[in-house]
Amino acid sequence: MDAPPPVVELRDVARVYQMGDTAVHALRGVTLQVTAGELVAVMGTSGSGKSTLMNLVGCLDRPSSGSCLVDGQDVGKLSRGARAQLRGRTVGFVFQNFHLLPRTSALENVELPLVYQGVARRERVRRSAEALTRVGLGDRLHHRSNEMSGGQMQRVAIARALVTRPRLLLADEPTGNLDSRTSTEIMALLQEVHAGGITVVLVTHSPEIAAHAQRVLRMHDGCVVEDRRQQMAPAGVAA
Amino acid sequence: MILLETLRLALRALLRNGTRSFLTMLGVIIGVAAVIAMVAIGEGARQRVAETFASMGSNLLVVMHGTSQVSGSRGGSGTQPTLTWEDLAAIRTELPSVKLASVQARAGATVASDTQNWTTSVFGVDPGYFEIRAWSMRYGRVFTPSEADSGAKVVVLGQTVVDKLFEGSDVVGSTVRIRNMPFEVVGVLARKGQSPTGQDYDDTAMIPINTYNSRMAGGLRRYIPGVIFVSATSEEATARAERDIRNLLRDRHRLGPGVEDDFHLRNMAEVAQAQQEGTETMTALLAAVALVALLVGGIGIMNIMLVSVTERTREIGIRMAVGARPGHILWQFLVEALTLSSLGGALGVGLGIYVANRLSAQFGWPLMLRGDVMAVALGFSGLVGVVFGMYPARKASRMDPIEALRWE
Ligand SMILES: Nc1ncnc2c1ncn2[C@@H]1O[C@H](COP(=O)(O)OP(=O)(O)OP(=O)(O)O)[C@@H](O)[C@H]1O
Ligand SMILES: [Mg+2]
Repeated sequence: MDAPPPVVELRDVARVYQMGDTAVHALRGVTLQVTAGELVAVMGTSGSGKSTLMNLVGCLDRPSSGSCLVDGQDVGKLSRGARAQLRGRTVGFVFQNFHLLPRTSALENVELPLVYQGVARRERVRRSAEALTRVGLGDRLHHRSNEMSGGQMQRVAIARALVTRPRLLLADEPTGNLDSRTSTEIMALLQEVHAGGITVVLVTHSPEIAAHAQRVLRMHDGCVVEDRRQQMAPAGVAA
Repeated sequence: MILLETLRLALRALLRNGTRSFLTMLGVIIGVAAVIAMVAIGEGARQRVAETFASMGSNLLVVMHGTSQVSGSRGGSGTQPTLTWEDLAAIRTELPSVKLASVQARAGATVASDTQNWTTSVFGVDPGYFEIRAWSMRYGRVFTPSEADSGAKVVVLGQTVVDKLFEGSDVVGSTVRIRNMPFEVVGVLARKGQSPTGQDYDDTAMIPINTYNSRMAGGLRRYIPGVIFVSATSEEATARAERDIRNLLRDRHRLGPGVEDDFHLRNMAEVAQAQQEGTETMTALLAAVALVALLVGGIGIMNIMLVSVTERTREIGIRMAVGARPGHILWQFLVEALTLSSLGGALGVGLGIYVANRLSAQFGWPLMLRGDVMAVALGFSGLVGVVFGMYPARKASRMDPIEALRWE
C-alpha cells in the first residue's frame, strides 16, 4: 500500500533573518515530512526556531533556501496572494495569544476566514455557529472577545481555525497563556480535532501536553535534533 | 469579498471613532461646501450683471469728455472737457443711426421733505433719458418738453429717496426741497435695485437739465457738465452709431488723421461683456481656492488613514493569517477612505446649498445652484478619497503578516 502523500514536506529549509550586519539563522537545513492524520508536538528551547518553522508551514513566511511544500504546493514559489489563498483554505492557525479581533463577537471572529473565501453571509453564520458549538461555545455566540476568559478565547480561535475545514491545524503554544486545567481542556479539544481527521502540529514547552502527541520533534538552534514516535496518551487525562 | 461586506466593515470602523471620523471629514465638507457656495454666488452675480445690462439696453452708447494730459501723465476719463452743447445737438439731429441722446449731469445734494432729509445724487437729464435707460415710472410721469425747456422746478424721485423722505410711496404732487429750493414731485421711478458693484440705482433724483444748469451748476457753460447717453435706433445699428458719432465729433473738433480722439466713446454691450468676463474669472478663482481646500481635506484623510493603519496593524495581521489577500486589505482601507470622503462630500453639498441660499438671500441675488457643479464636487471628493486613501491602503496591504501579528 502506498503511503499517503505528505501534508507538509520540508527539504533542507533554512531561514535567515538579516539584522543589520549580523545574520540570525533561525532554521538551519530542516528536512521533515508530516503525513496526513498525524498529531505532531514540536518542542525545544526558547529561540530554537519553533515559531519560525510554524510560520513557514503556515504559509505566513517563505524559506531563505530549500523548499517548503504545503499540500503539494511550494510556498517559496507562490505570490503573496496565492500564499494567502493556500493559507486560508488549507491551514488553520491557533496562536499563543489568541489573536482575536478586539471588540468583535465570537461569531464574527469565526466568520472572518469565510468572509475572505467569499462564502455568503447566511452560510457563514451557519457554519460559524456550528464550529463554535463544536468547541463548546454554542451559548456564547455574541459575546465579544474582551468579555471572555482566556480558555474561551482560545476555543473561539480553534473554532475560527476549523471553520474552513482545513487539512492542517497549526497551534503555536496554544496553551502557553492558560492555566493547567484549561490547558488540559484545550489539549483534549485538539485531540478531538485530530480524531476528526485533521492533521495537527502544535508547539509546546510542556511535556504533559506533548505526551498526548503521536510524534515529538525536538528542536535546538535551528535544527531538528530528535524525531520520536510514541504511544499517544488518552484524551482529557492529565499525565 | 463582496463590496457590501467591505462597506459595512468601513462604516463600523468609522463609527468606532465617530468624532475623529467627523473631524477628518470636516476638511472635505468645508471644501465641497465652499465650491458649491462660491459657484452659486458667482453664478448669481453673473446673472445679476446680465439682467442689469439687459435692462439697460444693448443699444446704449456713452460719450464722455476727453482725458487731460499734463506733461505725459494721463488723468481719468472725462477730465478734459471737450463736449459742447452744439456737439449734443449735432448728435441728436444729424445722425440717422441715433434715436435719442441725453445729457446726464450729476451733483450731490440734500433733498428734504417736510420732516426728513436725505443726501442723494441729483441728475440733470433730458426727457429722453428715461427711455434711453429703459427706466419706467412707478407713479406719475416724466418732465414734459415745455418743463424741460423752461427749466421748471420739477423732480422725478427714485424709490430709495421716496422711502427715506416719505411715509407712503405715492408722493406725486408733493414738494421736496433740493438745496433749499422747492421742487414739485411729478413722478416716482420704478425700482431698479443695485448695480453689480453694489451701487443703489434707486437712490436718485432727476431734474431737467436746464433746471440743473441754472439752479445747481450756476449757469450755462460752454461745455456740458456731464456725459452724453445715446441710444441707437436698434441693436444692430449700435456699431454704426458708434462710428457715426466718432466721425461727427472728430470732424466737429477738427481732429486731423492720426490725432487721438479728444473724447471717449463707450459701447455698453462691450462693457457688459467685460463685466461678465470679470465675474466669470472671479468665480473660477474662488472655485480654484475651494478646490485647494478640498485637496487639503484629502491630505487630512490620508493622515488619519495612516494613523488608522498603524493602530490596526495587529488586526491586519490577523486578517492576513486567516487568509485575507493583499487585495482584500487594500480594498478594505480604500473603501474606508472613500466612505469618509464621499460622506464628507455629501454633507458638504448640503452645507453648500444652505450657505448659498443664505448668501443669495442676503445679497438679493438669484439662487443659481448648478447640478453639474455639485456632481463634479461629489465626484472630486470621491476621487480625493481614492487618491489620498491609496497610499495608506497600499501600506496596509503590503504588511508582512508575521510582523503585523507581533505588533504591540
Ligand atoms: N523577525 C525576526 N528578526 C530577526 N530575528 C528573528 C525574527 N524572528 C525570529 N528571530 C530569531 O530567530 C530565532 C528563532 O526564533 P523563534 O521565534 O522561531 O523561536 P521559538 O523557538 O519560537 O522561541 P519561543 O519558544 O521563545 O517562542 C530567534 O533567535 C529569534 O531571535
Ligand atoms: Mg515561538
